[in-house]
Amino acid sequence: MTELPASTEKKLGLVIDLDTCVGCHACVVACKGWNDQGYGVPLSDQDPYGAEPTGTFLNRVHNYEVTPEAGPAQLIHFPKSCLHCDDAPCVTVCPTGASYKRSEDGIVLVNEDACIGCGLCAWACPYGAREMDASAGVMKKCTLCVDRIYNEALPEEDRQPACVRTCPAGARHFGDLSDPNSDVSQLVAERGGMDLMPEQGTKPVNKYLPPRPKDDVPEFDVLSPYLEPVATEPTGFLGWLDRTLDRI
Amino acid sequence: MNKNVAPEIPTPRFDEMRQTTCYMCACRCGINVHLKDGKVAYIEGNRAHPVNKGVLCAKGSAGIKQHTAPSRLRAPLKRVGPRGSGQFEEISWEEALQTATDWLAPLRKEAPDKLAFFTGRDQSQSFTSFFAQNFGTPNYAAHGGFCSVNMAAAGIYTMGGAFWEFGSPDWEHTKMFLLFGVAEDHDSNPIKIGLGKLKKRGAKVIGINPIRTGYNAVADDWYGITPGTDGLLILSLIHCLLRAGRIDLDYLAAFTNAPVLVNEDPASPEHGLLLRDEAGKLLILDRATGKPVPFDTQGVQPDLAGSHRHAGVSHRPVIQHIAEKYLSEDYAPEAVAERCGISAERIRSLAAELAKTAFDEAFELDIPWTDFRGNKHAKMQGRPVAMHSMRGISAHGNGFQTARALHLLQILLGTVEVPGGFRFKPPYPKPPEAHPKPHCKVTPGAPLDGPHLGFVHGPDDLALKPDGSPARIDKAFSWDNPMSAHGLMHMVISNAHAGDPYKVDTLFLYMANMAWNSSMNTAETMAMLTDTDENGDYKIPRIIYADSYNSEMVSYADLIFPDTTYLERHDCISLLDRPICEPDAVADAIRWPVVEPDRDVRGFQSVLVDLGARLGLPGFVDADGKQLYADYADYMVNHERRPGVGPLSGFRGNGDAEGRGAPNPDQLQRYIDNGGFWEAEVPEEARYYKPWNSAYQDWAVEMAFYDKPQPYIFNLWSEPLRRFQLAAEGHGERQPPDHLRAQIKEKLSPLPVWYESTDARADEFPLHALTQRPMAMYHSWGSQNAWLRQIHGVNPLYVPSAVWEEHGFADGDWATLTSRHGKITIPVALMAALNPKTVWTWNAIGKRKGAWGLDTDAPEATKGFLLNHLISELLPARSDGMRWSNSDPVTGQAAWFDLRVNIAKTGTQPESQPIFPPLGGRA
Amino acid sequence: MHPAKSVILFTSLSGIGFGLLIWLGLGIPKAVGWVGFVYYALAFALSVGGLVASTFHLGNPQRAWRAFTQWKTSWLSREAVLAVAALTIMGLHGAAAVFLGYQPAFLGLLGAALCLATVLATAMIYTQLKTVPRWNQPATPVLFGLLSLGGGALLAGHITTALWLLAGIGLVQVWAWMAGDKAFSGGATSLSSATGLGAQVRAFEPPHTGGNYLMREMVYEVGRKHAMKLRAIALGLMAVLPLVLILLNDKHLVVGLAVISHFAGVLVARWLFFAEAEHVVGLYYGRDQNAASAA
Ligand SMILES: Nc1nc2c(c(=O)[nH]1)N[C@H]1C(S)=C(S)[C@@H](COP(=O)(O)OP(=O)(O)OC[C@H]3O[C@@H](n4cnc5c(=O)[nH]c(N)nc54)[C@H](O)[C@@H]3O)O[C@H]1N2
Ligand SMILES: Nc1nc2c(c(=O)[nH]1)N[C@H]1C(S)=C(S)[C@@H](COP(=O)(O)OP(=O)(O)OC[C@H]3O[C@@H](n4cnc5c(=O)[nH]c(N)nc54)[C@H](O)[C@@H]3O)O[C@H]1N2
Ligand code: SF4
Ligand code: SF4
Ligand code: SF4
Ligand code: SF4
Ligand code: SF4
Ligand SMILES: [Mo]
Repeated sequence: MTELPASTEKKLGLVIDLDTCVGCHACVVACKGWNDQGYGVPLSDQDPYGAEPTGTFLNRVHNYEVTPEAGPAQLIHFPKSCLHCDDAPCVTVCPTGASYKRSEDGIVLVNEDACIGCGLCAWACPYGAREMDASAGVMKKCTLCVDRIYNEALPEEDRQPACVRTCPAGARHFGDLSDPNSDVSQLVAERGGMDLMPEQGTKPVNKYLPPRPKDDVPEFDVLSPYLEPVATEPTGFLGWLDRTLDRI
Repeated sequence: MNKNVAPEIPTPRFDEMRQTTCYMCACRCGINVHLKDGKVAYIEGNRAHPVNKGVLCAKGSAGIKQHTAPSRLRAPLKRVGPRGSGQFEEISWEEALQTATDWLAPLRKEAPDKLAFFTGRDQSQSFTSFFAQNFGTPNYAAHGGFCSVNMAAAGIYTMGGAFWEFGSPDWEHTKMFLLFGVAEDHDSNPIKIGLGKLKKRGAKVIGINPIRTGYNAVADDWYGITPGTDGLLILSLIHCLLRAGRIDLDYLAAFTNAPVLVNEDPASPEHGLLLRDEAGKLLILDRATGKPVPFDTQGVQPDLAGSHRHAGVSHRPVIQHIAEKYLSEDYAPEAVAERCGISAERIRSLAAELAKTAFDEAFELDIPWTDFRGNKHAKMQGRPVAMHSMRGISAHGNGFQTARALHLLQILLGTVEVPGGFRFKPPYPKPPEAHPKPHCKVTPGAPLDGPHLGFVHGPDDLALKPDGSPARIDKAFSWDNPMSAHGLMHMVISNAHAGDPYKVDTLFLYMANMAWNSSMNTAETMAMLTDTDENGDYKIPRIIYADSYNSEMVSYADLIFPDTTYLERHDCISLLDRPICEPDAVADAIRWPVVEPDRDVRGFQSVLVDLGARLGLPGFVDADGKQLYADYADYMVNHERRPGVGPLSGFRGNGDAEGRGAPNPDQLQRYIDNGGFWEAEVPEEARYYKPWNSAYQDWAVEMAFYDKPQPYIFNLWSEPLRRFQLAAEGHGERQPPDHLRAQIKEKLSPLPVWYESTDARADEFPLHALTQRPMAMYHSWGSQNAWLRQIHGVNPLYVPSAVWEEHGFADGDWATLTSRHGKITIPVALMAALNPKTVWTWNAIGKRKGAWGLDTDAPEATKGFLLNHLISELLPARSDGMRWSNSDPVTGQAAWFDLRVNIAKTGTQPESQPIFPPLGGRA
Repeated sequence: MHPAKSVILFTSLSGIGFGLLIWLGLGIPKAVGWVGFVYYALAFALSVGGLVASTFHLGNPQRAWRAFTQWKTSWLSREAVLAVAALTIMGLHGAAAVFLGYQPAFLGLLGAALCLATVLATAMIYTQLKTVPRWNQPATPVLFGLLSLGGGALLAGHITTALWLLAGIGLVQVWAWMAGDKAFSGGATSLSSATGLGAQVRAFEPPHTGGNYLMREMVYEVGRKHAMKLRAIALGLMAVLPLVLILLNDKHLVVGLAVISHFAGVLVARWLFFAEAEHVVGLYYGRDQNAASAA
């Protein structure tokens, strides 16, 4: 199983819009909630009300600060979950075959019944997308909500990942990135969607839409016609009022 | 084994889905609660719901952990140790209710004002106030006074509706969106949904905020303004626009009091008031005839440029006063740039962009409509500039006038209630005159003479006793802060402790963590709650508190009513209260017990129904003294405020009536069947220009928002403010105390003004200190949540780069932060995307040890901290020895964000300071 | 990377155990009968003990048998398969030595090759990880191989060879450290490539204030000064001291001391091997890529 499929029929994945993500963590908690009772063992928490609360999450939102040469500093909220890589090192290192990539849709999953919890796949993943569950001792990762997207018990409109369904800002998009006509592929093309750590050679399916340029207000000269004065003091203003009202 | 065969994928199924309303915050989204084996298994957003349309925030999704938090109270409690010890004994409901009745019944009989009933972020204010009113105490309010009353009051006085969650940008049409001082807002999900729409359309988002996180991080342009100076920036933008004649004269003439005539005779007792006819109608000049006519005359051409002499007194339209005031060089970009921390060039660019977008990118919607003067319009003129704002403006001592300035800017651009602009959500708009006035007449054994809170229009409406002293314990509607429309909850404990203006016997609080994050001056507040008089009796003799969880406040009460969680009770999100409507729809909603409590707890509103009956309050018992409503659910269905108008507007009468109709015994089931809410769309021709749109006015009457159409014009010039000024100038019977005259003259100006809102010296306290709401945490109550506390378990103080370098800070360092009032020691972290004079932290992460069901070594209690220790509800004494309250002089809004501090590096600390002994020992 | 005791023990012990088996397979020393029993028992104790220790860090050791299935792709699986093959062959070889009194040469050669392959497979588990630049370099398998052979030679009493190997170990270890120190900062992976946010990017607030598995497992920090001290100790104990001891005196007792010193040194070096290894995921959590290269 740990052989990667030569190609997959589809490349299902997420497109995450860094220009739109407000960093609200809704996707983080919706993911936790769904997967706590969904695919595989629950996502356990240790010391939940104590000094060192910690637990398994499949999606986490980082925050980065960018200080451009000119203009004010920027903050970028940066959600990160499994990127369902085409060349997934987490799959090939797995000794048991528990970690696998599906040939039909490209989703990378862990078969928890076969996982020995050695942790090697998490070491092999450059993105920190895998977390060993401290209670069950098996590797957990984003399943792309495989138990939602094909789940016929759910209404059709809900057959999408929990994180996408919940994202209030609409910064997360789900679809088939192998189909150039899909909405997600078009978004990627339009907005210059990018790979994370391309040099690692993992060929991620998930793409990130970069933040649009910020704070590039045109020089005031360009805008100055809009503020061409009609009056600099009240009497002049009154004259302008009079003239203008006559016109209306 | 080596084959690529995927194992079977399980497909989770739930047993049942129940739809109710989220209460992880006050946004009140619709939720689908999925149950498995009778237990809550998963919560997701309700797609049909008007507020959240299927999405859910982090808190909402974590509701399941709130519902199972170990901190949940289990039974009524009676204090057995000293106050603050946290030592309690569980008692029966019968004992709890009997105790409360024994305490309260004598008060009602002799002096109802000895009960102070204050509720926090209460969503049942129309019901809790109904209790208080029938009890007869004037001492009732909810949290608005420390939250954002500046925003609400400025909006309603100016334009009959406000930001907060009562209005919304026209997300579908706006091209330029300015967000002033918002980190999260009550309208959490709608704002995020809206921003997503703007981003999708490529509309421009502009953040004006000292801190660039969240919404301001995704903003295309960020103006890192210095706190407290937005008023200056806005008035400077107005200056630029006036100079360039970039204002919407048609709109101003037709829909605002810009053409209304102002009395200009300094000697007149009506100086600065607006000219009216005998019937009290505002007068404007008709350009066609040059004569003054009532503003609503059909076919009138309002003149903005003229002037008029009436009874020997000259009168000029409001707009001329506006021009006079703001064309002054005091408001030139160069004059304000340094104070705002924004360059003159950027201020000009912003003004120019506003002009360009509002006027050059104007558009029309093909929707014909008729205005209140009977004029027909073939189209709806749109101006695609929208603004929104919250506590960054309002939580300053100059917030009321700053919010007024912002509304003035919007209105000058003609962008309120037009396509592309800012829109009201029903039941707004509503002219300020349509709101009740405050009432405070106490009669032993009888109800108060009317609703507690409201809108004053001049000195006559103040809540004063015959001797001129404040009638309310919180001194709301007194000369200190005449227009305190939401009351001043933040003053209650300190006034009750001081017996100023009088003593109370019982303090009854509901869902407000006053012994911690809700209070300024936290340590002192805890001391006041436990302070005793010379006889050893508590200065605040009795405290009753209703909470669902073991908050800090629980330890400071004598009697605890344990509430349920939000999934276990009936609740009513009513149009009589804080509604959940959207600009295109009116809506209300319910909560209902989707699961039954597993503890001896009761929904607080049902407890009040019971208590009201035990006390024999009108409205709670029938003529024979028999309990009128079995519980809150019964009240929700059968109570009528006016004939046919009740807490819930949907499914009335036979089930089809909306807005008005007889009580319907099946109403709650109908709500449940409909997903927990009711919604009716605003007719298409009524969707914009609501204050002036006849179609909207008629529909509003149908929906029972009011009983007859009440179109009005916007108040650029605010007469109520002017009336207080007139009093301060010596006119009229009711006169302010002398020490307040200067303040009232300066700050209750009928046109927006800016003034420095703190007198803390910049050389001593060079930095502004702010808090922001984390999107994934709700005040104190998120920390008991096993999921959310992993996201925000500690809060560093973020320090801007220059200060960081100046003090030689490094990662992991600690600092002491000192204000005029106190000192805290806390961890620091670096942030570049920050105003260079500002430090900040997340709000309410710090916890008292022993509270919230957390271990005493929880990071919230060891490293987390509150800025509240540095803020006082009273400012340090001035030269005359007077201590002024730390609040807006107009509304009494708590000025949380006027805090100024200095910072010094300290060695690494084991814990944040101050350190308080753990609460504990709850039986 | 978090220096887990079980993994440090496993890789160190089994490495030396397999090293001894390699020499035994090559018939060095000739160890038959009771003497043979002692040698083989020691070698098996070390290698099997190491393998057992390696299961301690598994979340679900009861399913460890599954680790034999993926030899086509997984170095960890290959290691398991090779280890069992090597131990089986060398078990037969040892049985012949103890009970039949001779060490079958062909079986020995095959066993030795399998043992070396096992050690190299272990090394490849680490070497293959592009995510840990310090490991992802040729020095890693060379060092693992030399350590195994050197430790084995010491135990086997093959002193001259051991001397050369110890010298080699010292050199390769220094090479590994030097190359490793540059690997992360010199590599193509940076916070900039990790986020696509350009060169001026800095980690701001972490995603969770509560810790997580990744931070515990992969974002381990060891102070630079401390690491330097430990490197000196490791090198001293692992290579220099044993060399000096043996050169001074090759009596059993001294060789015994040298073995102990070497072994202690290997443990320290192995601790550093993990503790100093920076995983690229640390970038996402604000680990400074250049802080490592300063070492
Ligand atoms: N430094 C600083 N301080 C601030 C602010 C700031 O910006 N900076 N903001 C201020 C503002 S605007 C506000 S509104 C206040 C908010 O402060 P509070 O109103 O005190 O808010 P919370 O602490 O979240 O909640 C109050 C109490 O409600 C209880 N509660 C929760 N759910 C229920 C329920 O279902 N039933 C009952 N009966 N009780 C429940 C909680 O357990 C908690 O004890 O904080 C103010 N304090
Ligand atoms: N997730 C979550 N949502 C909440 C709450 C919560 O606790 N958590 N609390 C609810 C409550 S009670 C309230 S009142 C609302 C409040 O919602 P917000 O109004 O968004 O409240 P704050 O988080 O206090 O944000 C105030 C913002 O104003 C900025 N600011 C401060 N001073 C100035 C200034 O002088 N000028 C400008 N331009 N900006 C300034 C601050 O940097 C901050 O970004 O949120 C509600 N929603
Ligand atoms: S992101 Fe990590 S876990 Fe996911 S497929 Fe890529 S390498 Fe594997
Ligand atoms: S932890 Fe599980 S899935 Fe990951 S490599 Fe080990 S066995 Fe495979
Ligand atoms: S796709 Fe599903 S599993 Fe993956 S991050 Fe989103 S919610 Fe979590
Ligand atoms: S839910 Fe959407 S906006 Fe919120 S953090 Fe996740 S991706 Fe960003
Ligand atoms: S914004 Fe979040 S917490 Fe508030 S009501 Fe909506 S889902 Fe619940
Ligand atoms: Mo608030």
